[in-house]
Amino acid sequence: MKKIIKYVLLDLLRNRIVIAYTLFLAVISMSVFNLEDNPSKGILSLLNLVLIIVPLVSIVFSTIYVYNASEFIELLVSQPLRRVNIWLSIFTGLAASLCVAFLVGCGVPVLIYAPSDVGIMMTAMGLLITIIFVAIALLASVLTRDKAKGIGVAILLWFYFTLIFDGIVLFLLFQFMDYPMEKPMIVFSCLNPIDLARILILLKLDISALMGATSAIFRDFFGYQWGIVATLLIMTTWAGMPLWWSVRKFNRKDL
Amino acid sequence: MKSLNSHMRKCSLVLSLIVLAMTTYAKTWIVRPAGPLQSLQEAIDNAMPGDTLLVERGVYRQPTIIVNKPLYIKGIGYPVLDGQKKYEIMVIKSSRVVVEGFAIQHSGYSGYNDIAAIRILNSRHVIIRNNKLDDTFFGIYSQHAVSCTISNNTLHSNAVNEITSANGIHCWKSDSMQILNNTITGHRDGIYFEFVTNSLIKNNISTGNVRYGLHFMFSNDDTYMANQFKNNGAGVAVMFSKGVTMLQNLFSENWGGAAYGILLKEISDSRIERNRFVRNTTGIYMEGTNRIHIAQNLFDNNGWALKVQASCNDNTITQNNFQGNSFDVATNGTLVLNTFNNNYWDKYEGYDLNHDGVGDVPYRPVSLYAMIAERNPVTMMLFRSFITGLLDKAEKTIPGFIPENLKDDQPRMKAFKNLSL
Repeated sequence: MKKIIKYVLLDLLRNRIVIAYTLFLAVISMSVFNLEDNPSKGILSLLNLVLIIVPLVSIVFSTIYVYNASEFIELLVSQPLRRVNIWLSIFTGLAASLCVAFLVGCGVPVLIYAPSDVGIMMTAMGLLITIIFVAIALLASVLTRDKAKGIGVAILLWFYFTLIFDGIVLFLLFQFMDYPMEKPMIVFSCLNPIDLARILILLKLDISALMGATSAIFRDFFGYQWGIVATLLIMTTWAGMPLWWSVRKFNRKDL
Repeated sequence: MKSLNSHMRKCSLVLSLIVLAMTTYAKTWIVRPAGPLQSLQEAIDNAMPGDTLLVERGVYRQPTIIVNKPLYIKGIGYPVLDGQKKYEIMVIKSSRVVVEGFAIQHSGYSGYNDIAAIRILNSRHVIIRNNKLDDTFFGIYSQHAVSCTISNNTLHSNAVNEITSANGIHCWKSDSMQILNNTITGHRDGIYFEFVTNSLIKNNISTGNVRYGLHFMFSNDDTYMANQFKNNGAGVAVMFSKGVTMLQNLFSENWGGAAYGILLKEISDSRIERNRFVRNTTGIYMEGTNRIHIAQNLFDNNGWALKVQASCNDNTITQNNFQGNSFDVATNGTLVLNTFNNNYWDKYEGYDLNHDGVGDVPYRPVSLYAMIAERNPVTMMLFRSFITGLLDKAEKTIPGFIPENLKDDQPRMKAFKNLSL
């Protein structure tokens, strides 16, 4: 298993797209922090980058990689290796390389220019989102045989998490306007890792005061020690569930 | 001619004798801890109206001091008047009293009495100046006072919550008060006005108070200018008043879920000009306000620069700078009876073909998301999400939901300079 991880990781770190992604993140983060004199404003500008670009690149790149590696996977399957191990190694390699890319491109500038709670939270959330969307990508690619269709599904999933889900939430909040929606709202936010990450980062910023009562409720729920633990648990579930499902599918898949 | 001259000379002699007699009558009493006169109250009781009391350095612990005749009471080297956490420290029941140069500390505390460090009761022309108040319940409390001056005092208390704390300068049913150059920290409300008319609040600094920096109720025809209200629990509240003039004040760092630069409720015929609103959750919150002129103010880095409720009527917002605010204007209805004109908005994306400094297309300061959030606050959960940004962009291109009339027809292309000078 170690060997496969090592191979996938080395292969990916040399990959032109991963290098380009790292550079892209680095250029954007550096320029944002150099343009804004206030680091917390810089974080706010980077927020959209972390919440939109990172999931998109993670999910699309991983899907394409798995399809392109289909012959390599077939080769591995023909060896005396457990399928679970092969799949998990590919996941680990992908997640690790994209995490390194994010850490170098975005995490380091953030920790240099804004070495505060917010910066750490931002980096942590970026890493978690990377891992979650790699897991979702693996699921998307194992579910469909056709490459074009698989990439389509991946993009659709990204679209769902960044846009459609929030649209549905907005719709529901207006449909049930006359009811107390504070508690359901916490549940909604847990149903989408991107929302959860956004709220957690905002809670660390002064700007959360704008959210009024909403932020107070979230702070009550997520603000304390066990809230952080709960969040990590939810985020891990978000990575674990699709991964577990994809492993099951992969085990039975006729390659 | 000669007789008239000598007559005048006699007159002036008599006059100067009278003046001399008066000055000799205005005696000076010296109170010092070493004696012979040790107690301020004893000195007051012995003194005649118009006398001067000089209080030398030391700590004076006594029950409430009652000043019941016109006296000039001066502390030398800040003598300490200590209320031992039991008493109201000084009550002024006479007009034309001057109290200056004291360090007043540890007043009593009560859940049902308004205990103050200095209370002015039914008096006129009292002057309280250059005192340092520390750890007092109410600081300076004026009640049925007219034409009194409270100036250059430093008031500090250690308020923790609204229930166990009280106001710094508290004026109730007073008229023509002058509140000048005071610094107030750590009280419930820095300055509190209720039923106070024709008064001036100028050059005060009110910071770090638990509730409001300035709390203003049922007080008409007052002016407050060049004050700083910073980092107070809920900013400044001006309610149920008319004819209020607010000039050149600084409202900043009033940051929190329910904090406002100014909260205006039921205010009419007033002016808010040349103030600075910096880093407040909401710069100005307006509810039920009529005929207010908001001009030449700077709104910088606030969450919402203005929240104008639909109950506001006939207000004019003109020649202000709006920059770096998360939301410029929010409102809760579609009916707009206020005028926005000739302001500078940093979010304006229009053009100016004839280069007259005024944009050619109107600016709509309300974003769709601001409307949504005002109507349904829970949607703030989606604050700064991709979808809300997208909705705002779509709405900007083809306006459909935001109030038709809420627009600035003559938005400035460049910010106004030197607004608050």
